[in-house]
Amino acid sequence: MTTYVFRDTAVLLKRSLRHILRSPDTIITTAVTPIAMLLLFVYVFGGAIEVGGGNYVNYLLPGILLITVASGIAYTAFRLFTDVSGGIFERFQSMPIARSAVLWGHVLTSVVANLISLALVVLVAVAMGFRSGAGVLAWLAVLGILVLFTLALTWLAVIPGLTAKSIDGVSGFSYPLIFLPFISSAFVPTSSMPGPVRWFAQHQPVTSIVNTLRNLYAAQPVGNDGWIAVAWCVGLLLVAYALAMSTYRRKIA
Amino acid sequence: MTKTPAIEIAGLTKSYGDHAVLGGVDLSVPSGTVFALLGANGAGKTTAVKILSTLLRADGGTAAVNGYDVATEAARVRESISLTGQFAAVDEILTGRENLVLIAQLRHLEDAGGIADDLLARFELADAAGRRVATYSGGMRRRLDIAMSLIGDPPVLFLDEPTTGLDPQSRIEVWKTVRELAGQGATVLLTTQYLDEAEHLADRIAILHEGRIIANGTLAELKQLLPPTKVEYVEKQPTLEDIFLAVVGHDGRNK
Repeated sequence: MTTYVFRDTAVLLKRSLRHILRSPDTIITTAVTPIAMLLLFVYVFGGAIEVGGGNYVNYLLPGILLITVASGIAYTAFRLFTDVSGGIFERFQSMPIARSAVLWGHVLTSVVANLISLALVVLVAVAMGFRSGAGVLAWLAVLGILVLFTLALTWLAVIPGLTAKSIDGVSGFSYPLIFLPFISSAFVPTSSMPGPVRWFAQHQPVTSIVNTLRNLYAAQPVGNDGWIAVAWCVGLLLVAYALAMSTYRRKIA
Repeated sequence: MTKTPAIEIAGLTKSYGDHAVLGGVDLSVPSGTVFALLGANGAGKTTAVKILSTLLRADGGTAAVNGYDVATEAARVRESISLTGQFAAVDEILTGRENLVLIAQLRHLEDAGGIADDLLARFELADAAGRRVATYSGGMRRRLDIAMSLIGDPPVLFLDEPTTGLDPQSRIEVWKTVRELAGQGATVLLTTQYLDEAEHLADRIAILHEGRIIANGTLAELKQLLPPTKVEYVEKQPTLEDIFLAVVGHDGRNK
């Protein structure tokens, strides 16, 4: 049956990509809030925020990209919840298809949808004056980190998608994730924060990821932040994957 | 009948916390028959079907489908069955045809498109093939649901309350389909809370009550459990169903 994992995953990926094509509003909705934040912070608050030279759009973009992913993954939980509550999940479980394909179809769809939303946000940022001198390799590194981050959060989103009792429970889980970048170096330098808040901001994953992305497209050396960012992403991914799979196994046992 | 039974259950138990849903169910369903599991809401019908279709694990006892143990040979069981649950398990966002193609591809069949078109014609859904399922009526959805279950010709079919919530015409259509399936040699395990449904469709009927089988046999055998029939002359009035069907056009088509 393992020979069918890829084939079944491809079929199910095609299915949920079709869902997205038929309701492109999910991608637009995902991008709208981060774009609004981008506009608000650059044109309203930005004048009063001191980030030590350079333009504020460049400073702000990495945090906005992470917020985009954090709001985008809620749709994975939503689509999975719809499958579970609608009965098609049970149909798949009673069929001779690879067990993990049901989840991978949704997870890969999330990666595709989030990359489209991210591209929209970057386009708006470019229109607002975002500029980068980075080469292809640096951009590939940016892409790689964003994909890792998306995978980690998506596997996290699988858990409420499988276990939620109502649609409200499904969407609620992503709010803390969207909020996390605010207490990081995403909007203002952490050095401006009071002691304990600064400590938290400097040691939570968002700051190292944001700093890494910022340095990558500024064509600056990434330093230790790069390894810390990758370690956070991979660590989160492994933990989220393990939790999601054990939730799934309990669900289908 | 010398063939192994399509479904063989012995001493099956399942509890949720302190609540015993199945309290030792024994059942044997001969291959190629339509078997009705009759019971009120909460009698344990759906739980039994879920165990047989590998969605739930039993606490005790054994169950085999098509000769395969549901606990230890789940993958084999899944190759032998299809499940039509209580609520139509269709993808609302896809079209009717895309739903059928999806299942055919997941069953790794050649010519998924051809299979889909055949079933669309057979279930009178060809006109609606390119429409999203969200726009379908309850009866059309149920027909699509059953059509999806037939893909790959699984030898054992579970239909869990296939006509609950359907209008009389759609119900007759589902009955027609079940009879056709039986004619082709499939084994059908059907759960229902409607006595007339069991009476119309089933070769054998088992009554599940509070997690136990309290009666099991052909309709004729079950009738013998009651005192002999009295002969009375009663003027037969048309039922409301007869009237309804006569008024709306009684060919049972949803046109």
